[in-house]
Amino acid sequence: MRTWPSAGRVSQLSSTDTTTDSAAENEAVVETDVAREAVLAELTERLGAAVLGSHIRPGDDLWVRVDRSAWRDAAEAAKSMGFTFFDYVSAIDWLPSPFGRDMDAQEDLVVSGAEPKAPAPIVQGYAGGDTRFQVIARLYNIATATGIHFKADVPDDDLSLPTWTSVFAGANWHERETREMFGITFDGHPNLINMYLPTDFQGFPLRKDFPLLARRVRPWPGIVDVEPMPGVADSEEGEAE
Amino acid sequence: MGLVESGRVPKPLSKLLNLSRKYSIWAYQWGLACCAIEMGAAFASPRYDVMRLGVIPFPASPRQADLVVIAGTVTDKLAPAVVRLYEQMPDPKYVISMGSCANCGGPYWDSYSVTKGVDQLIPVDVYVPGCPPRPEALLEGILLLQERIAHEDMAERWKGEPIVVN
Amino acid sequence: MTAVSDPSQLSDLVAEATDTRVNLDFESEGMTLNMGPQHPATHGTLRIVAKLDGEQVISAEPICGYMHRGYEKIVEVRTYPQINALINRIDWLGSFANEVPFILAAEKLMGVEAPPRAQWIRTILFEMSRVANISLFLGDFGLQLGGMTAGFYAFRDREHVLNMIESATGGRFHPNFDRIGGLKDDLPKGWIADSHVAMDKLLAFCDEMEDLLVGNEIFQSRTRGIGVIPAEIALNYGLSGANLRASGVDWDLRRDGCPPGLVYDQADWKVWTHPDGDCFARTWVRLQETREAAKIVKQLLDTIPAGPVMAKVPRIIKVPEGEAYVATENPLGEMGYYIASKGDLVPFRVKIRSASFNNISIVPWVARGAYVPDLISILGSLYFILGDIDR
Repeated sequence: MRTWPSAGRVSQLSSTDTTTDSAAENEAVVETDVAREAVLAELTERLGAAVLGSHIRPGDDLWVRVDRSAWRDAAEAAKSMGFTFFDYVSAIDWLPSPFGRDMDAQEDLVVSGAEPKAPAPIVQGYAGGDTRFQVIARLYNIATATGIHFKADVPDDDLSLPTWTSVFAGANWHERETREMFGITFDGHPNLINMYLPTDFQGFPLRKDFPLLARRVRPWPGIVDVEPMPGVADSEEGEAE
Repeated sequence: MGLVESGRVPKPLSKLLNLSRKYSIWAYQWGLACCAIEMGAAFASPRYDVMRLGVIPFPASPRQADLVVIAGTVTDKLAPAVVRLYEQMPDPKYVISMGSCANCGGPYWDSYSVTKGVDQLIPVDVYVPGCPPRPEALLEGILLLQERIAHEDMAERWKGEPIVVN
Repeated sequence: MTAVSDPSQLSDLVAEATDTRVNLDFESEGMTLNMGPQHPATHGTLRIVAKLDGEQVISAEPICGYMHRGYEKIVEVRTYPQINALINRIDWLGSFANEVPFILAAEKLMGVEAPPRAQWIRTILFEMSRVANISLFLGDFGLQLGGMTAGFYAFRDREHVLNMIESATGGRFHPNFDRIGGLKDDLPKGWIADSHVAMDKLLAFCDEMEDLLVGNEIFQSRTRGIGVIPAEIALNYGLSGANLRASGVDWDLRRDGCPPGLVYDQADWKVWTHPDGDCFARTWVRLQETREAAKIVKQLLDTIPAGPVMAKVPRIIKVPEGEAYVATENPLGEMGYYIASKGDLVPFRVKIRSASFNNISIVPWVARGAYVPDLISILGSLYFILGDIDR
């Protein structure tokens, strides 16, 4: 197992003698992360009941799930706590993909008359969640070298969230991208137009139920190469690594 | 030059015309992605130096160009611009499609936003495969194109099959 | 450094900066200038729609998407080794640097660590791609400001680094050399001595550029005091890398918060900042960064430990369930990957936080009030790669 530096300090890692004292480092793995606990406690104090869930990986990262009504307050609170560097805003669609890679082979099965694979339940990641779509954003504190991941649930019937543009001007483009890719709108955003795609593009590409049509018409050869390499007599299965 | 347009040029004259066209190709750089840097290395770097082959790589506008090198990924959003640029070039004009993306979509074959091959939009004379092709590969493509120009019959201009660099 | 936290205070600041630059007394009928999608100065297919008043820019809006290849969607149907080959092409000038944060994020989720020798070679190749990337920036920026010679010199000397990258990895451009748990291969024979020579040539190239370009009077008058970005605004927009350091923020992910797997603490090097925040400062910081990168490479070459270059990892790579974000200091700035995995062969969701996207989002702010020729300086000095913006 690798070890991760404790939080809130500039990391000094991968020294020449990593192999020799890795055992000692393993024993010193911090189960509790004082600095990130403190950040979480302060955020909870400022936002009150709006903090719905949290997850800390000691020495590494912090996830905080906030109520969507407090989305903007969370940014302001974090900013006043020194998290002034804006990293990104994006979203995650937790729906298990009906067009995912493991479903490529399913298609052939369905054609031959087999039952289609039952859809897996929606399972959210760290800090929990209740909805299919979650907006995720990251802020960073340059002085202490710690970051926060904010998550917010966005219910399917009202895919909207307050904008961050008045707090972090850089959120402008990221929110445009999120709107374009997931269809999540941001209330109060000055210019919520397409970032990448032509204006007549249909659908939201990063939603899991958006199919990649090229894969439909031309099936992927498989997870591993089934054809032997040229010049190899017996097919060695698996990828050459 | 009515003879040239109608394609009935006496052989010696057509040879002379072809020779002069062959060694004065004005190439427009249509650098789109990674391949643009390799094209830049081929066209602008002293190590590869395309001018020794009689190619002038710095026309100010597509209206001055004989050859366009489509180097990189063509997306659906960019496609109208590619067609418009091609239409601005004066005849006779040649197209080199450089790199897998411009040839067929390359590693983005299943993407929702990439045009799978620039030949869906404009006719291509030379395909240069690679991801990205080395500058030498592009030079080879240009040499093959020059060979084609040298033996070209203007009347047959559009009947040729595309060249593929191996 | 004081951060502007109050939004109204911030908007005041923005308005003040705008007013001093745009002379609102002489309003004339504006015109709209469309640069691109293909324009030599935009270095790719970025389109800028600028509204002008005379020769002053009232507003400039970059229009991206001409290079949008849908990375975040197609990586959801690629296995991890396949993604590694694909993401080389995001920032195509410093390809190896794209692989590292992704591999580190996957390693973090899998709980494997590369052996020391692999970490060393990774860091060396990472810095080599930085040199290859920024040396072209110096030439290209000179080219955009009318100094063609700088471009030729950059293309000439960049070949030395590309040769070294090629002989180690097999790819001039897209090495695809990093693996989860280590590297594909060990270094070839004689590579270390050759790399020393190549780095010396690049250091000489930096000196040459300093005389030829950065010390040039025309260059200075076209870049000094142009496109000033204050530190608070830069942080607000999420600018990173040399763009942020040129605004006086002393922050480098290689030194502060370097993820495990890279050995920057084993070399003696500096982080350069510049207080001005203008186009000249950004160029100057990048020039120094190239020198530091060459120095890091030279130091690490001498201390590469012996040993294997690959840890024990399963042949078919499945990344356990979890989420991880790893960012590194890439040539263009902070590049990070947020991987959400469901324990499958393919990642569930990958958010690619690329540096240029944030870096270029400041253009509407910084271009306001600039003159049209200065727009070229601003765009050139912010230094973006189209693939890194659009992904």
